[in-house]
Amino acid sequence: MHVAVSGPSRARRRVVVRGVVQGVGFRPFVYALARSLGLSGGVWNTGDGVVAEVEGDPRSVATFVARLAPDAPPLAVVVDVTDTAVPVQGGTTFTIAPSRGGPGRTFVSPDVSVCDDCLAELRDPADRRYRHPFITCTSCGPRFTVTTGLPYDREHTTMTGFPLCDACAREYGDPADRRFHAQTVCCRECGPRLHLAVPGRPTLVGETALAEARGLLRDGAVVAVKGIGGYHLACDATAPDAVETLRKRKRRGDKPFALMVADAAAADRLVHLDDAERALLTARSRPVVLARRRTRGPAADAVAPGNDDLGVMLAYTPLHHLLLGLPGDDHLPVLVMTSGNLTGEPIVTDDTDARTRLGGLADAWLYGDRPIHVPCDDTVTRAVDGAEAPVRRSRGQAPLPIALPFDSPPLLGVGGDLKNTLCLAEGRLAWMSAHVGDMDDLATLAAFTTAEAHLELLTGVAPTALATDRHPAYRSRRWALDHADGRPVEGVQHHHAHVASTMVEHGLGPEATVLGVVFDGTGYGDDGAVWGGELLVAGYGDFDRAAHLAYVALPGGDAGVRNPCRMALSHLRSAGVAWDDALPCVRACADDELALLDRQLDTGLGCAPTSSMGRLFDAVASIAGICHRAGYDAQAAMELEARARSAGSVDGYRFAVQGELLDAAPVVAAAADDVRTGVPPAVVAARFQRAVVDLVVAVTERLRDETGLRVATLSGGVFLNAYLTSACAAALTARRFEVLRHHAVPASDAGIALGQVAVLAHRHNRD
Amino acid sequence: MGHGGGGAMSGELVEHVFLPAFADDDLARLADSAVLPLLGGRVAFSTDSFVVRPLFFPGGSIGDLAVNGTVNDLAMSGAEPLFLSAAFILEEGTDVTKVGAVAQRLGEAAERAGVRVVTGDTKVVETGHGDGVYVNTAGVGVVPEGVDLRPDRARPGDVVIVSGDIGVHGVAIMSVREGLQFGAEVESDCQPLHRLVSAMLDVTRDLHVLRDPTRGGVATALNEIARASGVGVEVVERSLPIPEVVANACAFLGLDPLQVANEGKLLAFVDRDHADEVLAAMRAHPAGAGSAVIGECVEAHPGMVAATTGFGASRVVDLPLGEQLPRIC
Ligand SMILES: [Fe+3]
Ligand SMILES: [Mg+2]
Ligand SMILES: [Zn+2]
Ligand SMILES: [Zn+2]
Repeated sequence: MHVAVSGPSRARRRVVVRGVVQGVGFRPFVYALARSLGLSGGVWNTGDGVVAEVEGDPRSVATFVARLAPDAPPLAVVVDVTDTAVPVQGGTTFTIAPSRGGPGRTFVSPDVSVCDDCLAELRDPADRRYRHPFITCTSCGPRFTVTTGLPYDREHTTMTGFPLCDACAREYGDPADRRFHAQTVCCRECGPRLHLAVPGRPTLVGETALAEARGLLRDGAVVAVKGIGGYHLACDATAPDAVETLRKRKRRGDKPFALMVADAAAADRLVHLDDAERALLTARSRPVVLARRRTRGPAADAVAPGNDDLGVMLAYTPLHHLLLGLPGDDHLPVLVMTSGNLTGEPIVTDDTDARTRLGGLADAWLYGDRPIHVPCDDTVTRAVDGAEAPVRRSRGQAPLPIALPFDSPPLLGVGGDLKNTLCLAEGRLAWMSAHVGDMDDLATLAAFTTAEAHLELLTGVAPTALATDRHPAYRSRRWALDHADGRPVEGVQHHHAHVASTMVEHGLGPEATVLGVVFDGTGYGDDGAVWGGELLVAGYGDFDRAAHLAYVALPGGDAGVRNPCRMALSHLRSAGVAWDDALPCVRACADDELALLDRQLDTGLGCAPTSSMGRLFDAVASIAGICHRAGYDAQAAMELEARARSAGSVDGYRFAVQGELLDAAPVVAAAADDVRTGVPPAVVAARFQRAVVDLVVAVTERLRDETGLRVATLSGGVFLNAYLTSACAAALTARRFEVLRHHAVPASDAGIALGQVAVLAHRHNRD
Repeated sequence: MGHGGGGAMSGELVEHVFLPAFADDDLARLADSAVLPLLGGRVAFSTDSFVVRPLFFPGGSIGDLAVNGTVNDLAMSGAEPLFLSAAFILEEGTDVTKVGAVAQRLGEAAERAGVRVVTGDTKVVETGHGDGVYVNTAGVGVVPEGVDLRPDRARPGDVVIVSGDIGVHGVAIMSVREGLQFGAEVESDCQPLHRLVSAMLDVTRDLHVLRDPTRGGVATALNEIARASGVGVEVVERSLPIPEVVANACAFLGLDPLQVANEGKLLAFVDRDHADEVLAAMRAHPAGAGSAVIGECVEAHPGMVAATTGFGASRVVDLPLGEQLPRIC
């Protein structure tokens, strides 16, 4: 059919595309699209994104504009497309023009796992990159962690020290090639090399290094392996001795180790995977996925003692695939791959640093000489009720922006002090950093400074105000005060930030008000107490503390947190239950510990009042005899959750609700009675968790009656508990609440920086 | 004890309680001021008030603290302490024998330290306006030629030495005040340090900084010096002389031993070249027998104090907050 075209026969439009559009093969995509539509013109990168000018048949030009976003390459995230008419210039060719720098902003892609095409080449003896440990293309490889500046060009990456050889340069310059303008492209000739350092022996290079590293792993050694965002400590996960050695050296109690396997089939042998979990596991970001452990899997028990979940990830770099073994190699089925650091320290990225800081941990170091510009730990996630419930948002996610539901001035939120992440915001976007770590550590503070500067560089956000927690001892707050340089530093209450982070994630507008259920371990309250079992009626601007757990004494600050039995004794004391030897938490304490604690609770020495739900979980875990001393963060709560699974359905204990005070005393007393009469710990744990669910339902229903609000948010570290999240959501949904939980940022303190900037932005907009 | 305010009761206290306790001829003249000989060289002058509860504790009393606190403040500038004033604020109704005992201990402490109490004052405040006995002392001493000790003189490379066990005073006070038993009996380390300082200055006049880590403990003292000097301080946790009883008490209460008060210890920042000799001199002195090198000054992280943990990581050592607020979530 012929259609008469009226009006001008040619049109030319300039199209600006913003978002994650550099380093993801966007220009070749534009090139191909323009050519397929018979358009002339060109495309180039700017500091602002990608600009294309296309000229030709007006309908083809319109089609081009319309298809840019929906057909964009897989790694691209198009934030917006604007187009304007410009005068026609004629011409028949379409070119990819050099980058035009200048100020502005584009978004760097997160680091991406090795793609199928590269993997195929890695395995193909005929390919020139056969077994090349640093194979990448425009669709895969490191981005965030190698970018030193913008626009994203090779000289602004840590690949700048590796000039392309002729063969690589040809691919790099050919718009039809998969490696066209792939900034990390290289080959065996021109790229980084693999090294293996073993103390007291000459350093090995290339295939020899790899072969020796695999041999060492097989012999039970711990090998520090340089990855995308830092070093891992690797050992053979099927060898109990190797795992024990690593556990002892890393000094981290019984905290589970993450595992790495080559593919989903290998993961299936370790854990039970439903569809949602499988989807998470195979996502391009290759997170560590927490899933139910198989009873007779190949991994040693010591990888996660007392835990019925395992954290599993798929190999995501070419080097990982080579380590585990390509077809024809002798396979290592499962590797422990835990962050290369001492507990609390940031992950090690520098090769020299790795030799000293991991000196007592590793037997050998396997590394390539491509520098890592910023650290980026593995992302940890899980699926709850078929949807993602993130635990740590880091590699493969950072620095993808999160949409804000209203405009923000340029702001920085410095987050919390444990599992810290920071957040920059401007306009309708917020950028969360990678996982920074626990701010106790000098090295973490330095990493925070670096991460903040890097994120500013990548996003172009120059914060005009800083949001912090209100905890007077938080080092994140201290950092903000030290770096304010005249800019206002404003406190945001911890649990308010938790609620706001949930609201942002779900796109709630500036006027929204919700019933915020926030259960966590510790957050500084406006009355100076340690809050953590809170029901807030909250908007972005303000909150009302509608209900909370009644205060009990938290004896000895952090010491009380590390010793759940002390929290148990404190709760028993508050509930008027005698400390008798029939209770395991009493037996867990030596006589002098009991005497001291008794006196301490009497005098209040070193005691802080707390409404913490996390500490109540600790207390009940100890009363039930499940965990008395926590070797790692939230150990007692995690073990309580795990234990409760075997109990099946039970009746819950009952909290006493007196207006805004939610008293745990009857729950504690009933749990102690159950324990005395020989009720199994699993049942005690289950009845307790049920009680918490019933409590949430009762209080939110009352608050709905009072306020007419029917949107409930679930946030705070306690909601990393899958049972609790799932059961609360189900119970509330059945009562016609709209339940919002975390799917994009963690429910824990790792998500509060987002809430901090949202609250501050709202404040600034209102003023 | 009846109403005071400069009345007869105070006079009686002075005559029957304080004068005998301090046994000083100049003081006994009860002039409006003590008239002292012109002291040669540079004069150090310091004052401190003491409000400790309880008044008597294992290893000391408020009287001992009042003397040693001021004597040590003088000693930290390298001065030889010579004269003290002593002022008492007494709550009406306080047992006179108790006041006498405090005065007695104060007098004995002054004698042990070799300083004279040459002037004083007494006020009685209404019941509820005081807390038994408060004491203020001021002191004067002479700084030897060539000695220049200031908190801003620490330099990268300086070695940090502590003169003995850390945290003992604070834990002793806590255990009696709160009735807590930490296993072993703990006695305050309250003692004068000027003779120890003198022995150190005999090695070299060029000590950089001395500080007595009293309230706020070693953490506070190190932070203040780090900030004043613009240097970083790194202490090695393993090398800290922390008695087991202090470690246990702190672990229990969630305290950092570095933040617990000392009353008879000093921190010295010494040029690396002199460190060994100074340490030896300190160990040879009874007040410094437990001396140990605990760290060094660095150029990195100026103004900040870090403790290298047994695992190789470095944690930031903060000023104490005054509250026990957990940060763990
Ligand atoms: Fe929290
Ligand atoms: Mg003083
Ligand atoms: Zn690829
Ligand atoms: Zn090449």
